Amino acid sequence: MKYLLLIASDPTLPSPEPGDPGFDEYMAAWTQYTQDLIDAGAYDSGEALQGAETATTVRHAGGATQVVDGPFAELKEHLGGYYLIDVDTLDDALEWARRLPVGEGAIEVRPVFPTDMS
Amino acid sequence: MPDAPEGWVYVVARNAGIDRLRREAVADRRLASQARVLGAGVARDERAEPEVDPAEWAAELDDAGDEQLRLLLLCCHPALSRDTQVALTLRLAGGLTTEEVAASLLIPEATVQQRIVRAKRKIRAARIPLTLPADLAERADLLATVLGLLFNEGYLAHAASAEALTRVELADQAIRLTATAADSLPDHPELAGLLALQLFHRSREDARVDAHGRLVRLADQDRALWDRTMIRRGYAVLGRALAMRNLGPWQIQALIAAEHTRDPIDWERIVRYHDLLLEQAPGPVARLARAVAWAEVHGPTAGLAQIDEIEGLDGYHLLHAARADLLERAGDRAGAQAEWDQAVALASNPAELDYLRHRRDAIRIAEAPRDPLRSRDLSPPTTELDV
Repeated sequence: MKYLLLIASDPTLPSPEPGDPGFDEYMAAWTQYTQDLIDAGAYDSGEALQGAETATTVRHAGGATQVVDGPFAELKEHLGGYYLIDVDTLDDALEWARRLPVGEGAIEVRPVFPTDMS
Repeated sequence: MPDAPEGWVYVVARNAGIDRLRREAVADRRLASQARVLGAGVARDERAEPEVDPAEWAAELDDAGDEQLRLLLLCCHPALSRDTQVALTLRLAGGLTTEEVAASLLIPEATVQQRIVRAKRKIRAARIPLTLPADLAERADLLATVLGLLFNEGYLAHAASAEALTRVELADQAIRLTATAADSLPDHPELAGLLALQLFHRSREDARVDAHGRLVRLADQDRALWDRTMIRRGYAVLGRALAMRNLGPWQIQALIAAEHTRDPIDWERIVRYHDLLLEQAPGPVARLARAVAWAEVHGPTAGLAQIDEIEGLDGYHLLHAARADLLERAGDRAGAQAEWDQAVALASNPAELDYLRHRRDAIRIAEAPRDPLRSRDLSPPTTELDV
């Protein structure tokens, strides 16, 4: 069963930039996390996203489309990245979400529609 | 089932007919209802749901001896909302019908159905497992929270005439489920602590309400009506929990309830328990309970001073009831009356409301100042704040 881990965090909170002290450790934690997912056979894909200020929203409504600057929801927390993982149950997915090395933030765990009904 | 279940048997026996039938039927109905709820339709809108094979769930359950525990843990899964956990626990683990769940929680049956349908969908779609979780300690705490809520729901709201019986049954149902949980998870003493707390409370059932159906304060209760067997059972369960040397909020609350069964009550000890409780679970309600105990040791004025320092409880009827009672004891009848009025305005539970109105009206009728010696015998303002 695949689960999408949507990682959201508050962009106003400081996070280390390249060259900052602690940046290497920060990145190492993410690399390690990804490696752990791969080792467990749970990794499908995952990416980090550029900031929400780079987002553009295409809205379909009433048969027309509209292109708007910004993310589709104005929230305190912004979507910062995702992992698509493949595990047996929600408990496994929640455990992976718990282990994500986000300092402060929230992870929405969404089951993906199964393609085979086995 | 606990060993030497004297108190337990008593709980069950007193509700004779329905209860016994229910107990006997629970094992059968659990799987059947499980299958019904998770499989075939409960409500019409479910016919559109993809069918799940009830046998699949049943087979998974049959494989393990701890099926009741796993079912309880599933019902209290953190991925479900608190309201859903409560409804699901009664429905699946308790084996109640949707109608009975609705009657127990005093909510419309349609609401219960909706909660269960949504839970069912989520359990299936997100694949919430029936397996024992890795983070068992955390889940045991969650289980205790839900079972504590269930018991409170039944115990607190009791005495509202027509619903009284259902509510007592709900409290007993909570005791049964807690006993099952405590038995299945013997390494988690908080569940045993909760069970002990429930037994101490339940032991006072016959003394809690007078002939007019009105709540009777702990200090005014006829102790001869207390169920001694159930109290002994509470002590036994609590003793085993405490022996594990892993104190938590439920065990401390049980210790407080245990102290209330003694005569005379050692209020200084109760204050110390409240201090422990505040360390573990700080919060304004816990501070209020401590202030009430403090007043028993140091007098109403000292208690009022403590209450005045509590912030964020202005909308809580029991804060005003506590103030009213202490003001009354301190001789400030005008102040007390204003506080009773506030308490009445804020209370919603019928039994509590009736009690508060009675206290308010009593002060209006009273002409002569209180005998200061008599007031020393008075207990905290409500039975619920005793613990």
